[in-house]
Amino acid sequence: MNFTADELKRMYTTMVLIRKFEQNSIEIFAERMKRGDFPGALHSSEGQEAIAVGVSSQLRPDDYVFSTYRGHGHAIAKGMPINKVVAEVHGRATGASRGYGGSMHLFDKSINFMGGNGIVGAGLPLALGTAYAAVKRGTDQVTAVYFGDGGASQGAFHEAINMAAIKKYPIIFICENNQYAATTHVSVNCPIEDIGDRAKAYGIPGPVVDGNNLFEVVDTAGAAVSRARGGEGPTLIECKTWRHRAHCMVIPEHRPGKDREHWANRDPIDQMRDHLTAAGIADAAAIEQLDADVQEQLKAAVAFMQDSPFPDPAEIAEVVYAG
Amino acid sequence: MPAETTVRRKLKPIVAMNEALDAAMAADDDVVLFGEDIGAYGGVWALSKGLQKKYGELRVFDTPLSECAIMGTCAGAAMAGLRPVIEIMYVDFMTVAMDQLVNQAAKIRLMSGGAFDLPMTIIAPCGAGTSEAAQHSNSLEAWFLNTPGLKVVMPSTVYDMKGLLTAAIGDNNPVMYLWHKALYDLEEEVPDGVWTVPLGEAAVRREGGDITVVAYSLMMHRAMAAAAELDGRVSVEIIDPRTLHPFDLDTVLRSVRKTGRLLVVHESPLRCGVGGDIVRRVCEAGFELLQQAPQVVGGVDSPIPFSKSLEDAVVPQVSDIRAAIETMVE
Ligand SMILES: Cc1ncc(C[n+]2csc(CCOP(=O)(O)OP(=O)(O)O)c2C)c(N)n1
Ligand SMILES: [Mg+2]
Repeated sequence: MNFTADELKRMYTTMVLIRKFEQNSIEIFAERMKRGDFPGALHSSEGQEAIAVGVSSQLRPDDYVFSTYRGHGHAIAKGMPINKVVAEVHGRATGASRGYGGSMHLFDKSINFMGGNGIVGAGLPLALGTAYAAVKRGTDQVTAVYFGDGGASQGAFHEAINMAAIKKYPIIFICENNQYAATTHVSVNCPIEDIGDRAKAYGIPGPVVDGNNLFEVVDTAGAAVSRARGGEGPTLIECKTWRHRAHCMVIPEHRPGKDREHWANRDPIDQMRDHLTAAGIADAAAIEQLDADVQEQLKAAVAFMQDSPFPDPAEIAEVVYAG
Repeated sequence: MPAETTVRRKLKPIVAMNEALDAAMAADDDVVLFGEDIGAYGGVWALSKGLQKKYGELRVFDTPLSECAIMGTCAGAAMAGLRPVIEIMYVDFMTVAMDQLVNQAAKIRLMSGGAFDLPMTIIAPCGAGTSEAAQHSNSLEAWFLNTPGLKVVMPSTVYDMKGLLTAAIGDNNPVMYLWHKALYDLEEEVPDGVWTVPLGEAAVRREGGDITVVAYSLMMHRAMAAAAELDGRVSVEIIDPRTLHPFDLDTVLRSVRKTGRLLVVHESPLRCGVGGDIVRRVCEAGFELLQQAPQVVGGVDSPIPFSKSLEDAVVPQVSDIRAAIETMVE
């Protein structure tokens, strides 16, 4: 990896934007819940920012990404404008999906962001489709698809990786192993230590990386993207990570305190901040300024959302079917 | 209703269903429970709270996140003579398990010439109204009703949730037991103890002479609210079928004989829907009882959108039901 100082700062601020966006959304949702107004489900990706940002740094704007219900970070890192993300999560007509999709279903056709998914594991078979289209058309676009440690227990995971390996489709399968599927520990979902080892069964590489280390993610994703773009086939990347919060807002924290402490010392944003300082790219004051700029950007996005109308039900039929 | 006593207390749906499960497991060692997050945690809805502790990890355990495998395990275990119960976290995720349910569980009795019974119960929350968007808000009863071999239960009251779950677990066929998420906070005074509400018996929720409204699950409550708003102007009789298959046609016909008018209300899509079939049955069995064309109020031809303004527009509201009643009667 070879990044300029500006590129490194941009990756840092994208991670901070994801983090602050998640925190702000939770605040707004919590306030509504306090009023007895249930705003829907919200799955925070705090703690997993290095994966989205690291993978996206290796993708071109025309590469495809399939995401999950924990996908705000994936969307922001791929380049979805923050205004569209905030507006969608709060159900406004100016949102990425015009208020039809919500937090779990962010889509942005203009950047080939192919959607969040509420069905665990369902993104993997879809990724075969964009990969096939790229092969058929002779473009060298790559498809990246994210899923969790729990997602690797779905039949869809096995069918999709098997077919991709047979057809040498240009896909990178990114397993964000945050150790838990809802409240269930990964050991209940997987009898072996590393989900990446399952790649062996399909004859493809299955690197296992520290998902909280941006540079490890970057290097591994970079190699997988080159392999895919070069027509050599898919890669399964397992990123070990940790979400800061419980599964979603209505599930209380249940994970052991010692695990939480362990991961608290390995926060991806803290690590990146330390790197920028140690490398002489940004001192404490410069970092503070970067953080403040992100905060301003988010504030403006929230104001944009608050000024935006709710969608008009008269348009539903036109949204359901193509003309 | 054997063990029902006269002590009354307030109960919510989840506790009612949990008590029914508890009683069934206590009474029959063959009753076992599968699902995601249902073990030590007790299920994301708290449905299985305390049951692993009480009945052990062999009978209550966290499965991998694999609905197809869960459904297959359940069907195979039923073939081997057990009486499994599954919690599917949202009915929407049934899609992943459909082959094991539709091609396997529902057909094995027939394909084996009646040799194998499959006594199994699938409990799943359904329905819109919680801003959970298109993949967490489905009402899929019509799919299951279109699958010969399955029974379909859709309770609307806490009393029925408990009594029908007991009956479903005791039934020797695959039963889909669908409870509506928007009824989560319902609270009702019910007797102590355990009781059974037989599959295939409708309940008359409100007596009236002008129009018969057939409504189940959440829509039963909305129909009751619409009827209350029309009190004094229109006399509405409300029939809650409680189970959609088997279906208690007699109770509906008895009501239509009195009112001459039929309106069916459901949340699931109108097209090829439950209401259309109820209207067919009434027309076939009692066309002469009807003074005018029966009507159905149902879900709009759209997946459930996220934003509240959209979500409310695709699912029948009290005002829609009220307007339909007024149009028919006036
Ligand atoms: C097919 C299916 N089954 C169950 C669920 C309910 N559910 C949503 S997320 C989740 C846990 C997924 O865990 P994992 O794949 O590890 O991803 P994470 O949430 O940790 O990011 C479950 C059980 C679902 N959405 N889809
Ligand atoms: Mg996980």
